[in-house]
Amino acid sequence: MYDFLWLVPALPFAGFFILAVFGKKLGTRLSAFIGVGSVSLSALLTLLIGLRFLSNPPEGHAFHQVLWSWMAAGKFQVNFALHLDALSLVFIFVITFVGSLIHLYSTEYMAGDKGFSRFFAYMNLFVGAMLLLVLGDSLLLLYLGWEGVGLCSYLLIGFWYNDPANGYAARKAFIVTRVGDAAMAVGLFLLFSSFGTLNIQEILNKAPQVWSVGNQTAVIATLLLLGGAVGKSAQLPLQVWLPDAMAGPTPTSALIHAATMVTAGVYLIARMHGIYELAPFSMTAVAVVGAATLLVAGFAGMAQEDIKRVLAYSTVSQIGYMFLALGVGAWSAGIFHFMIHAFFKALLFLGAGAIIIAQHHEQNMFKMGGLAKALPITFWTFLIGSGSLAALPLITAGFYSKDAIIWFAWAGPNGSVYLWAAAVFGAIVTAFYTFRMVFVTFFGEQKIEVSHYPRWTIHLPLIVLAFFALFGGFIELPGTMGHFTLFSDFLKSVLPVEMAHHESASLEWFSQILTATLALAAIYLAYVLYLKKPHLVAAITDTRWGGDLKRFFLSGLGFDWVYERLFIRPYVWIARINKRDFIDLFFVFLPWLSRQFHYAFSYTQSGKVRRYIWGIALGAVVSITIVVFL
Amino acid sequence: MSEISLNTGLIIASILFFTGFLGVMIRRNILFMLISVEIMLNAAGLAFVFAGARWHAPDGQIMLIFILTMAAAEVAVGLALMIQVYQKFKTLDSDAVSNMRG
Repeated sequence: MYDFLWLVPALPFAGFFILAVFGKKLGTRLSAFIGVGSVSLSALLTLLIGLRFLSNPPEGHAFHQVLWSWMAAGKFQVNFALHLDALSLVFIFVITFVGSLIHLYSTEYMAGDKGFSRFFAYMNLFVGAMLLLVLGDSLLLLYLGWEGVGLCSYLLIGFWYNDPANGYAARKAFIVTRVGDAAMAVGLFLLFSSFGTLNIQEILNKAPQVWSVGNQTAVIATLLLLGGAVGKSAQLPLQVWLPDAMAGPTPTSALIHAATMVTAGVYLIARMHGIYELAPFSMTAVAVVGAATLLVAGFAGMAQEDIKRVLAYSTVSQIGYMFLALGVGAWSAGIFHFMIHAFFKALLFLGAGAIIIAQHHEQNMFKMGGLAKALPITFWTFLIGSGSLAALPLITAGFYSKDAIIWFAWAGPNGSVYLWAAAVFGAIVTAFYTFRMVFVTFFGEQKIEVSHYPRWTIHLPLIVLAFFALFGGFIELPGTMGHFTLFSDFLKSVLPVEMAHHESASLEWFSQILTATLALAAIYLAYVLYLKKPHLVAAITDTRWGGDLKRFFLSGLGFDWVYERLFIRPYVWIARINKRDFIDLFFVFLPWLSRQFHYAFSYTQSGKVRRYIWGIALGAVVSITIVVFL
Repeated sequence: MSEISLNTGLIIASILFFTGFLGVMIRRNILFMLISVEIMLNAAGLAFVFAGARWHAPDGQIMLIFILTMAAAEVAVGLALMIQVYQKFKTLDSDAVSNMRG
């Protein structure tokens, strides 16, 4: 069974190839069949491989498949090889499983679009690149997938390229993530110069011998890798691209936020956990970045009016939780939250997409309302997703995954009470803006006629994802509730098991009950402010300070404003004064010189035969002179 | 019969050659330029014959026959071109043909 591992990334790539080459001729039905089929087959294969992995794990809990030698130059040798262990298995499961549901959903969402087959080609390539990223056994192969998802995000965000704003958003996403990618590339060079290899397992094995704990090179290398992760995963200070990435079709957003792309940074840090543990400073940096991001994105999420932007900021903030978990050393808690987040975030985006096409592509949720009756299945599944995002206690999966992170932010190896406080506060903010969205969209009076009632292709993914968003959490229960650790036991072969540095049931109870109570209070506050007494909100935002604060939050805490002045304007200014690029002068000089020679020689081509003879005579004299006298 | 020395012979040949060369250089009329080229060819042939006589080898005479053959062909082509030029330009001035430059 394991020998078919290569088919998992190969199938989406094959789908992409067929759709890209023959897309126009295939027609809608066949394009959809190939697009959905390739990813679904890959999901099925992943399921079979996963079952095999659970029942009969390979030697050393890792399977290695070398496909061919990619490049070899002296000591530098990179194989095109796949590495399957528990961590990558979790990732490929989420990518193919959630990915295939999103593909199925897209057949309805994108129906009638001119770029139907092009859309599926990009989506397949996206899934394929992400699978390569998580299956690659060397950092170089990981980097290939890393750039692949970057390219696909660019293509999909700018999918409706007729609108210049979409093209702008696509370029923004590409350039901002590129900043992180550059840091990561430097990090890879540094790792290669330290270890002489880019093979991940070799690096992890060698690292404790080469580097002592707190080694400066280790700190720099891990910080550079963190730079790459921050760019891809939209963390502070490179989070600005993700809210604008909403320009793409909604299934794209679901794919970017849930299954691919933004979780790449989480994967990278979890995968390289061995070297992060040698650099405590970097671990702290990861945790602080995560904590800061989850707060910033939470504040921004409270003021958004576009339903997709609310979800975008919620993704930034939830990835912040994952970074926090990784940073405090709660590795499997971070991966657990990744998996649960993939379920409920895909669910929320797909639900939002169903709402958007039901409302004539209106995205401003304050123009919607009262949809609970009109779209019952969408409403209930969206409610489940929101409950999971807001971590409604006991009944939702999000509670179990987020609770683990909040607890370890305090009690984990690198935890502190400040990180814990940030995480708890973030949970409250999350609950508030999530249910603000639910109340505004689904309750109150209906403002727009429903223009499209979803069919089974939309309902099926919603229901399946809702099931997982509700019950997926029961595979890992906290210490206070039975201490059931199926998920972290599964990851034990790859990631070290987190140890709480003060095991204390009463403290854990305190943390859980406090978070749960405050989250419920925040939901009640959203209920009061946006359903019962909407004039209260208006009264707050009408005051000078309230209005300023709202604009500040709406703009994503002014990061775009700062970057505009700090980077974009100076850059444009330099570009303008250096219009006649001074380095270019040398290259302009070369054609100028050859053109001068051209004029000089064409002047000798006068057509006057006697001059040519003079030329011959002179040439003969010169050559004879040389022969005779030299 | 007194033999002419090689030196004298080569001097005669080079005088002939440069006469022809000078003609090609300063004459404008294509007909005269062609005649001058013929003189240069014959000067070269003369030099071959002198050299052959000096070394008692037949090669010099063979080369002369080659040159004569070649000259005949060249004259045929040259005269044909000249007729064309005359029909086109109503003159045999070589400078007038300079508008065929590349």
